[in-house]
Amino acid sequence: MSSLPKADSLVSKKFKMPKKNWFNAPFEFKKGTYNYGSNPKHHVALDLPNPRNWSPEDQDWQLPENWKEILLEGLRERLDKYRSLKIFMDVCVRCGACADKCHFFIGSGDPKNMPFLRAELLRSIYRREYTKAGKIMGKLAGARDLTEEVVKEWFYYFFQCTECRRCSVFCPFGIDTAEITIIARELLGLLGVNTDWTLASVSNCFRVGNHVGIPPHAIVDTIDMLCDDIEDITGVRVNPTFNRKGAEVLFIAPSGDFFADPGIYTFMGYLMLFHEIGLDYTLSTYASEGGNFGLFVSHEMMKRLNAKMYAEAKRLGVKWILGGECGHMWRVVNQYMDTMNGPADFLEVPVSPITGTRFENTKSTKMVHITEFTSDLIKHNKLKLDPRRNDQYKVTFHDSCNPARAMGIFEEPRYIIKNVCRNFYEMPENTIREKTFCCGSGSGLNNDEFLEMRMRGGFPRANAVKYVQEKHGVNMLSCICALDRAALPPLMDYWVPGVEVCGVHELLGNALVMKDEGDRVRETNLRGEPLEEVGGEQDV
Amino acid sequence: MPFIEFNGQQIEVDEDGFIQDPSIWTKELAEFLAKTEEVEEMTEKHWKLVNYLHDYYEKFGIAPMIRKVTKETGISNKEIYELFPSGPAKGACKVAGLPKPTGCV
Repeated sequence: MSSLPKADSLVSKKFKMPKKNWFNAPFEFKKGTYNYGSNPKHHVALDLPNPRNWSPEDQDWQLPENWKEILLEGLRERLDKYRSLKIFMDVCVRCGACADKCHFFIGSGDPKNMPFLRAELLRSIYRREYTKAGKIMGKLAGARDLTEEVVKEWFYYFFQCTECRRCSVFCPFGIDTAEITIIARELLGLLGVNTDWTLASVSNCFRVGNHVGIPPHAIVDTIDMLCDDIEDITGVRVNPTFNRKGAEVLFIAPSGDFFADPGIYTFMGYLMLFHEIGLDYTLSTYASEGGNFGLFVSHEMMKRLNAKMYAEAKRLGVKWILGGECGHMWRVVNQYMDTMNGPADFLEVPVSPITGTRFENTKSTKMVHITEFTSDLIKHNKLKLDPRRNDQYKVTFHDSCNPARAMGIFEEPRYIIKNVCRNFYEMPENTIREKTFCCGSGSGLNNDEFLEMRMRGGFPRANAVKYVQEKHGVNMLSCICALDRAALPPLMDYWVPGVEVCGVHELLGNALVMKDEGDRVRETNLRGEPLEEVGGEQDV
Repeated sequence: MPFIEFNGQQIEVDEDGFIQDPSIWTKELAEFLAKTEEVEEMTEKHWKLVNYLHDYYEKFGIAPMIRKVTKETGISNKEIYELFPSGPAKGACKVAGLPKPTGCV
């Protein structure tokens, strides 16, 4: 782990650009700015190439003997397979519209973190090998030779991109830089060059069913305790079922939500909601992960991890799937799942059993986002809510990158928040919705060894929170992503002390007036903090 | 992988000093690991926490969630940071011989 500089000296207002060609601009594997190399045991567990002990700081990365051949063949295959990649390699005119849109560039000032230049790291090799101009004119045509130094540079910079796709919003050609990063990471993986944090999580997910590595009996033990807590707070005993065949709905949440603070309060909110509306649902100890760190390794790995969602839905015989507040899960579900592991013709188009709403938008995936489901309940007046129970919070909402940019979930979480809180303030327009700034830790970069870069990358987001903290006294940052709930608390502590982080369904759980509560008055919120100021008239 | 020397033995740890094989964990090793975590002396409270974590791990194959730890040991989150300055996951779990956490945590 690295020692982190103080907040007031981390980010500079002045960016220094190199005077010479970027080809020669040096970079350094400095502690705090790179990810550890992958442990060989994960390679063995996942059947990945080149298991060995290695560190990015090593001179010799112990690449396979024919590494160049593997890499170039890998690139050729992908250019044939993904037309988008070929277009993204050819079409960029380096106009610079993306340059200052990247949180890592803003926070680090490193030119190679400008999205088009990050892509040039790969493009320069593409030009050299696969374009006539690059083959003949070399450097003059922006081409360069593939060397081990290039591999190292890829590892450094393609793991300083969170695949958040903010830059793509501003690109006049619509180049999806995340896809370039995905391909570059996939190519590195062919050589056995992976990060340890991602592979450890993937390996856990593959072996046990979730990234955290919680085995079935521990899942039950953990969720039991959350049920005890709900009972202590509300007097109501909720009884979720596990792996129950014949349930109408399979609910899949990110595993962080039943393991880590503050995600567990969001999970309590889900359980309370389902109890209140009498939803016929089951949890699964097999499909016990919404997230998919496989997306950060390769298309193949993403497919392997995603497969268990439909497999479990089929085994249990449910009608449709409901998904929790998770980030990149929804990129995988919304953009890949149907064609990758579908079609899910054994499922039905989801219909809310409470309101009768048919979720036509999920016709192909048969999987509904929980904020769609809950906002529909509120819209139809099916929930009794007391927003005063959230009066101690002045709330803002961080659009989590993937639900925002990969599926357009903007209104639903806001609609819920406005119904369960009385103090809601938006951050500035260019930092929310499709222009939202990343938490700085996405795409498997939420580890400790990368902390300095995470604080740099999270700076623009934190800066926008600071604005609403100063202007409106905001003290709660809500979001709909488990990785956010893990990454934002240290980011807030570092840049904006005094702001806490929560999921939207934690706020809902606080406000939800449950029929089984009867006349009982809640004394605390889900975090166990006293609700004194609300007094005895909560039941509106 | 790096190694640390303990009682004349070479013990494999990861980059952050977590032992790689939880089955070799002993009280003496815990005391040794505590020193790397700026814990000079393991008091009764340190042991209460460490033993709870280690026992839970043996039973469930995973670290307990923090809320469970505070509830069942009666040691608050704030106290955990006083006992182990780098916190429950990185400090206390390391001393208890648990692997580094993964995923969205």
